[in-house]
Amino acid sequence: MNTSPSAPASASSQVQAVARRQRLEDSLFHLITWLFSMLVLLALLGIIASLFITAWPALSKFGSEFIWRVEWDIVNEEFGAAIAIFGTVISAAIALLIAVPLSFGIALFLTENCPVTLRRPLGTAIELLAAVPSIIYGMFGLFIFAPLFAQYGQPALQSTLGQMPIIGHLFGGAMNGIGILAAGIVLAFMILPFIAAVMRDVFEIVPPVLRESAYGLGCTTWEVVRYIVLPYTQKGVIGGVMLGLGRALGETMAVTFVIGNSQRITGSLFSPGSSIASTLANEFGEAADLHMSALFALGLLLFAITFVVLALAKLLIARGEKAKGTKT
Amino acid sequence: MKLKSLLVAVGLGAAALTAFAADITGAGATFPYPMYAKWAEAYKKQSGNGLNYQSIGSSGGIKQIRAKTVTFGASDAPVKGEELDKDGMVQFPAIIGGTVPVVNLEGFKPGELRISGPVLAEVYMGTIAKWNDAKLAALNPGKSLPDAAITVVHRADGSGTTFNFTDYLSAVSKDWSDKVGKGAAVKWPAASSVGGKGNEGVAANVNRVKGSIGYVEYAYVKKNNMNFLQMQNADGKFVAPDDLTFAAAAAGADWFSVPGMGVSMVNAKGATSWPISTASFILMYKEPGDKAASQEAIKFFDWAFKNGKQMAAELDYVPLPDALTAQIRQKVWSQIKH
Repeated sequence: MNTSPSAPASASSQVQAVARRQRLEDSLFHLITWLFSMLVLLALLGIIASLFITAWPALSKFGSEFIWRVEWDIVNEEFGAAIAIFGTVISAAIALLIAVPLSFGIALFLTENCPVTLRRPLGTAIELLAAVPSIIYGMFGLFIFAPLFAQYGQPALQSTLGQMPIIGHLFGGAMNGIGILAAGIVLAFMILPFIAAVMRDVFEIVPPVLRESAYGLGCTTWEVVRYIVLPYTQKGVIGGVMLGLGRALGETMAVTFVIGNSQRITGSLFSPGSSIASTLANEFGEAADLHMSALFALGLLLFAITFVVLALAKLLIARGEKAKGTKT
Repeated sequence: MKLKSLLVAVGLGAAALTAFAADITGAGATFPYPMYAKWAEAYKKQSGNGLNYQSIGSSGGIKQIRAKTVTFGASDAPVKGEELDKDGMVQFPAIIGGTVPVVNLEGFKPGELRISGPVLAEVYMGTIAKWNDAKLAALNPGKSLPDAAITVVHRADGSGTTFNFTDYLSAVSKDWSDKVGKGAAVKWPAASSVGGKGNEGVAANVNRVKGSIGYVEYAYVKKNNMNFLQMQNADGKFVAPDDLTFAAAAAGADWFSVPGMGVSMVNAKGATSWPISTASFILMYKEPGDKAASQEAIKFFDWAFKNGKQMAAELDYVPLPDALTAQIRQKVWSQIKH
């Protein structure tokens, strides 16, 4: 409706100018966010590179054997990672073994069976537990849990599981309350709220219509969880477990307090051991030369283990998706 | 306006003053840290000069002084004479302390039980695994030791206390010296060995694990009222740890027999010597880059040797005897060029 002949032209040039500016802003914005994400990649590469460079003297001296070597002799500068890897993996495995079923039960109760009045306080309590710093768990473990475990827990385990064939020797040896099993149990308490909170959140996103249809067909609560909730939330559940596992593998303070810090592998879960993180925390202060390099090599290995665990989780999820795809 | 300019002037003056009275910087051993910190506080009150000491561990202290980032380094284990010469450094002891074996055994008062060096080495080797072992019983006639397993507690982190302790075990047991050796951290051979982080970690483990034995600095024994063991010293006498027995060990040492005064005080001769005593050492350059700072550091230690004895006693450390500090002034500090 403009009467001026030049108006449409100027309007379109105005529009063009705005578009050009927005394009420029867009590409600038794109560039900035790209730079930010590159920063993450750069930090990651930087950490790997610096770990690798500082670990090189130890890695080149002991070669790939470093991973399998059951030796940690600081005086004679003979190092191997097997003891620390063993302690890390076993304590994390024990933690998962205890924490996953428990958190599954907690999440199930909270989403399926819990009276509405209890739901909020219980949920908040779990979130609060997740916020407790790990050193508190360590102190609880050493000062309260370990003496009780030595007095009641370990004798009970030894007189029951310890008498069984094959696994019996896992529960043998001195009962002083500290060791790989104690570390695993404290870790379980630590990661339990994480896994439970994630599981609860993903269980809650199952569309009510699916759940109600199943109930309508006459399914029991367990059948609903087994055939509807779990398949629907598989990805999230595995994610939650992996989050817990990642924390358990890298946990430093809580483990250092209760694992016993002994550089040895024995057949018994009662005996003290050490994890990668606890060895690093203990020994960096006075380490020098090859010892320092061996500690960095341990750090690199922890990095690698965490990476492998993450990759396995991704693989697990991908396979699950594929299997679902072929079924339908 | 006037007030403002006055404030600025005061501020500038204060800045200039702090810049002038540069703090002395030192880094290293954790064992003497409470002592140095206390001395520094009192010294600052008197002279206005502060000491910034970072207890980063002995090997860290040696690294820092080699990198010349501090005026003095501190180490619990003496640096060897030839290395001192190579770096152009001098070394002198500054404070004396002791390491004490402690146990958790019900029914025994602190200091009631006795142990000898070779037997202590066997306990830490794991070859003596029960409290009622014949060798322990022989040292404690008339005491009914329980039929309980021994849990050996050691330091999980590298430390001067561990160096002192393993230095002693190496001195009294050939087996220990051959198979384990001495160091800030070693490969603990006993199957039951448990590690605690720091003196407090060892003390916590010993207090909580029944039938355990550990080793801590003397101050922790007193502070936590722990059940310590009497030790048999080089003269065959049984002694309890206190400032007198530490001082006796220091008096028995021939300080200038080793270059750099790096004398090990373990298993010292003398009827009243505590066998696991140790000195903590200070490292400084003969030709310091910053002469003024180096001079200030010497002034600080000179002051501490003269006025710091009461404070040392309060913290359960043992000050150096006067005869020794006189020799340090004469023979060691004279080498530092100002």
